[in-house]
Amino acid sequence: MPIAANEVRWVKPPTLGLLDRLYLPAIAQGLGTTIKHMFQPKVTQQFPEERPNLPANYRGLHRLNRDTDGRVKCVACFMCSTACPARCIDIVAAPSPWPDREKYPEMFVIDELRCIYCGMCEQACPCDAIELTSMFDLTGLSREEMMFDKEKLLSVFDQTAHAGKDPIRTKGGALSCASEPNV
Amino acid sequence: MIHIARHLWRVRDTKTRHKWRAICWATMDFATTITILIVFGGLQGLAGFLVYVERKICAFMQNRVGPNRVGPIGLLQVLADGLKFIMKEEFVPKYADKVLFIVAPAIGMVAAMLSFAVVPFGPTDDNMQNYQFVVAKNIDIGILFIFAVSSLTVYAIILGGWASNNKYSLLGGLRSSAQIISYEIPLGLSVVGVVLICGSLNLEKIIWHQATNSWNILWQPLAFLLFMVSAFAECNRLPFDLPETEQELVGGYHTEYNAMKLAFFFVGEYTHMITTSFLMVILFFGGWHLPWLADTTSPAVLKLVAFMVKMSLFILFYMLVRWTIPRFRFDQLMALAWKVFIPMALANLVAVMVVKEFGLPLWILTGVSLAIVFAAGLIVTKPRVPVGKALAAKYPVHV
Repeated sequence: MPIAANEVRWVKPPTLGLLDRLYLPAIAQGLGTTIKHMFQPKVTQQFPEERPNLPANYRGLHRLNRDTDGRVKCVACFMCSTACPARCIDIVAAPSPWPDREKYPEMFVIDELRCIYCGMCEQACPCDAIELTSMFDLTGLSREEMMFDKEKLLSVFDQTAHAGKDPIRTKGGALSCASEPNV
Repeated sequence: MIHIARHLWRVRDTKTRHKWRAICWATMDFATTITILIVFGGLQGLAGFLVYVERKICAFMQNRVGPNRVGPIGLLQVLADGLKFIMKEEFVPKYADKVLFIVAPAIGMVAAMLSFAVVPFGPTDDNMQNYQFVVAKNIDIGILFIFAVSSLTVYAIILGGWASNNKYSLLGGLRSSAQIISYEIPLGLSVVGVVLICGSLNLEKIIWHQATNSWNILWQPLAFLLFMVSAFAECNRLPFDLPETEQELVGGYHTEYNAMKLAFFFVGEYTHMITTSFLMVILFFGGWHLPWLADTTSPAVLKLVAFMVKMSLFILFYMLVRWTIPRFRFDQLMALAWKVFIPMALANLVAVMVVKEFGLPLWILTGVSLAIVFAAGLIVTKPRVPVGKALAAKYPVHV
C-alpha cells in the first residue's frame, strides 16, 4: 500500500549561500583541518620497542598457576576443557601424588592455534589454576611448537607471575575450593 | 668556461678562430649534456623522494609518524623502494600484448621527462653570461612544446590499459583518456591569457616579463585557479584520480603492472607533478623572481633558491590536496571541465583580449576574474532538480 500523501513529511535540503556554492571556502576549510592535524601529537606506537598498554583483563596466552609450594594448582576436574568452545584443552588426569587432593593433571595440553582466547576456561576453573595473561605476540615455526604442554604453561606462569602485568589473582596462590576451605 | 669561450670566439686569426669555435661548440654541447644528465637524474631522484614526502605528509595529517625504519627518519626508504622495484620479477601477463605492454610505461616516462626539456628550473638570461638553468635554451614555442609532449602521456595510459587485456585496466585507460583530453582545453585556455599579457610563449621571456613588471597571479587569479585544478586532473592526482580508483577499478590502467614498469608509471606521474609545479611558478608566480630578495640583478644562487622554494610549496600543496579532498564522481569530473572550466576560461580570455586591445589597466582583469567566479557560482551550481514541496507537486503520489 502506498503511503498517503498527507503522511509524507518533505524535508528540504539546506539552501546553500553563494560562498557555499563556490565550493572553494569548503575546500579551504578542509585544508585547514588537515594542516591542523599535521602539527598535532602523533598517536603511533613504535611496536616492538614500545609495548602497548593493555587493559588488565586482556585475554592473551594461558598459564597454569602454581600454588605456594610450587606445585601445579590444577586438580584435573576437566571443567575448562568442558567449557572450551574450541575444544583445544586436552587433559589426562592421574591420582595425585600429594595428600591434599585426589587428582592432578598428568598431561595438560592447550593447542594455542585452535584457541579462540575467549577466556571461558579461566571462568570455569574452580580453583583459579588456569589464567590468561597479557602475552599476545607468541610465534612458532611449527604446529607442534604451538601445542603448549604442562611444563610450558607453568613456565609462562614463572615468566609472568612476578613481571607486574599479570599478578596472581588468588590470595597467596593457595589452592582454593578443591582441597581446602575457602579463605 | 663560457667567459673564456666567448673571448676566444672573436679571435682575429681565421684558422685559430675556426679551431676555437669548434671547441666552443663542443664545450657548449658538453655543458648541455651535463645539464641533461643532472636534470634527468635529479628528476628521477626527486620523483622517488616525493613518494617518501607524500607518505610522510599523509602520515602527519592522520596523526601518524610515517616511514621511519629505513635510515634516519626513514630517508633511505627511497632506496629501499627502488631496490624493491628492481629486484621484483618482470612479469608480463600471458594474454597481454607484450610489445605495447612494455612500451606503454616507457612512453609515459619519456613524455614526462621530455616536457621538462624547455622548463627553466633556475635563472636564465639572454646574453648567455652565466650558466643557463635550462636544457633547451630559448625555445620560442616553450608552452606549446610542453603541452604537445605532455599530452603524449595519454598514450601511455591508454596503451597500458589496452595492452593489459584486462577490463579494469581498459576502463581505467578509457576514463583517463577522456579526462586528460577534456582538461587539456581549460589548461591551454587559461595559459593563453598569460601569454597575451607577457607577449611570448617562451617560458624564460615570461619570467623576465614578470620580473620586470609584476607577477601574473595579480591579474590572472582565475586563470591560475583553472590552470592548477586542470593540472591536478592532468596528473591524475586526487581529487581527479579516476583512472585508478581502487574501489571500482582495482588499480586502473596499472592493475597488471609490476616491478620497474610500474615504477616507470609512478616516476612519470611524479615528474608530471614536478613539471606542472614549475609551470605554475613560471607562469603565475614570477619564476625565480622574489621582490627584494631575488631581483633581476641578484646572484643566481638566490634566484635558484627562490625558484625551488616556490616549486616545493606547490608540490606540498599537491600533496595537501591529495589527502584532504575526496574523489569526484566521473560525471562530476566531466561536468566540471566542460560546463564550468571551459566557459570560465573563455570568458577570462575575452577579458584579457579586450584589456590588451584597448590598452586598459591590468587591474580590471583581477576584478573580472572575481566577477566570473561569483557569476559561475550563481549560474552553474544553482539546483535545477526540484526539491521538497516542489518535488511533491511535480510527482504527485496517487493513493
